[in-house]
Amino acid sequence: MALDAIQKNILHEVADLDSIPQGAYNIRANGTSAGRNTTANIDIVSKEDKPGIDIIVKPGTKGESVHIPVVLSESGLKDMVYNDFYIGEDADVTIVAGCGIHNCGDQDSQHDGIHTFHVGKNARIKYVEKHYGEGDGKGARILNPVTNVYQEEGSYVEMEMVQIKGVDSTVRTNLAELKEGATLLIHEALMTHGSQTATSDYRVVLEGEGSSADVVSRSVAKDDSEQIFEVAIEGNTACNGHAACDAIIMGNAHVVAIPKLDAKNVDAALIHEAAIGKIAGDQLIKLMSLGLTEEEAEEQIVAGFLR
Amino acid sequence: MLEIKNLTYRVDDEGDTTKEIIDGLDLTVEDGKFIVITGPNGGGKSTLAKLIMGVNQLTSGQIILDGVDISDRNITERAKMGISFAFQAPVHFKGIRVIDLLRLAAGENISVATACEYLSKVGLCAKDYVEREVNSSLSGGELKRIEIATVLARGTKLSIFDEPEAGIDLWSFQNLIKVFENMRKTIKGTIIVISHQERILNIADEIVVIENGKVKTQGPKDVILPKLLGTDSAASIACERLGGEE
Repeated sequence: MALDAIQKNILHEVADLDSIPQGAYNIRANGTSAGRNTTANIDIVSKEDKPGIDIIVKPGTKGESVHIPVVLSESGLKDMVYNDFYIGEDADVTIVAGCGIHNCGDQDSQHDGIHTFHVGKNARIKYVEKHYGEGDGKGARILNPVTNVYQEEGSYVEMEMVQIKGVDSTVRTNLAELKEGATLLIHEALMTHGSQTATSDYRVVLEGEGSSADVVSRSVAKDDSEQIFEVAIEGNTACNGHAACDAIIMGNAHVVAIPKLDAKNVDAALIHEAAIGKIAGDQLIKLMSLGLTEEEAEEQIVAGFLR
Repeated sequence: MLEIKNLTYRVDDEGDTTKEIIDGLDLTVEDGKFIVITGPNGGGKSTLAKLIMGVNQLTSGQIILDGVDISDRNITERAKMGISFAFQAPVHFKGIRVIDLLRLAAGENISVATACEYLSKVGLCAKDYVEREVNSSLSGGELKRIEIATVLARGTKLSIFDEPEAGIDLWSFQNLIKVFENMRKTIKGTIIVISHQERILNIADEIVVIENGKVKTQGPKDVILPKLLGTDSAASIACERLGGEE
């Protein structure tokens, strides 16, 4: 695997990777594969009809991880990739995805990852996806991820989506369908600054009895940035759904939260909460009384909020 | 030494009139003393405390700490000069853990063991708390004690506690008294506590009674406390005990 210093730094930011990861991995750099490893239980196969890979986790696989980071360091590159995950019954794995763009040039760099998860009966996955952008070129850093999650009976999916810095434009589209007894937890942490825009669109369909979903977004919008958070939870049976959008707005930012609940069954218990507001004055005062400047206090409050 | 000279804090009242919450107040607090400020509700006690910390900006007068006029200094500057403040209503922070807040207070990356020591001093079983977020999942009594722990972690030469007993249940209050009795023995700097509680008044070196924005009396506990217990102020203390916080 030959990655340059810039690519290694991006890899560190998006996947906490400083060396070759343990277990299965596929590293994609500037549109091509820069390294792959499979294990006895986890196979990674390139798609033949389109760019992307199939990640196949054998039933019963426990405690293994898959890293599939993407690195873009060439200006003007438009990369689109389809990654399909087949998680066998009773498996329990961690998947670390993430995309980092370093754009020093004047042309836009874009990565659109379409991830589809087929999660088998009683399987558990933890999915971590970090987005990061850097580079001082005029070209924009654009990420448009799509995530489709199909959960079989009794499966459990926990997704952590983090985008803290440097991505100019994002449209995130997520769809999840849950069968009986399946559980989905989504935690999104987002910060936008400058003139960045970020749209998150979540749609969760609770099809099976006893299924439950919890979609929580914490975001900070600074400067002239704009965020749109849209979440729709559909309850078609006895189920539990909760969505929360909590945003801190600063400067001249613009934040829109659009929660939607759609219950088609008398036993569908659906809740949403949405709150947008500036940093509370008494929080600043408390931290300043500990010796922090107003700016330092703001940083601490924002960092804690997005943790 | 803390010197307060001719301090006034004026606010807009109803209509076009103004009102002096603090009205030409003079007060001197010597180093290393445990001072309890008491007096009727609305007398200006909490306002005075906030003026010392810089949370409220004075209208006129001077606040002098160790010979330096700090009247124009902001909260951060005063904090760095050695003033700490435990707020009457502790603030919630989403995502900031107890350990984070104690580290910010201490101004360094203190170990979990050190953080636990501060928490133990305020009667919290430390292991259960260091990793918890300082949010609404904590009870009023717990937040209050964490608030006090942040002041202990700073260890500054002047620590101000604004009605530590307000908003906590009787059970927590018993423990809180112990915290202050212990602090009385261990802390090196000056302590100012705003309180109505006889048991806190009882551990003071000096008691300051504030009424109508002025110091009504100031003196050693042994002299002031017996007078308070036989006056209207004592009645108001009793009433407040029944009626709750300011």
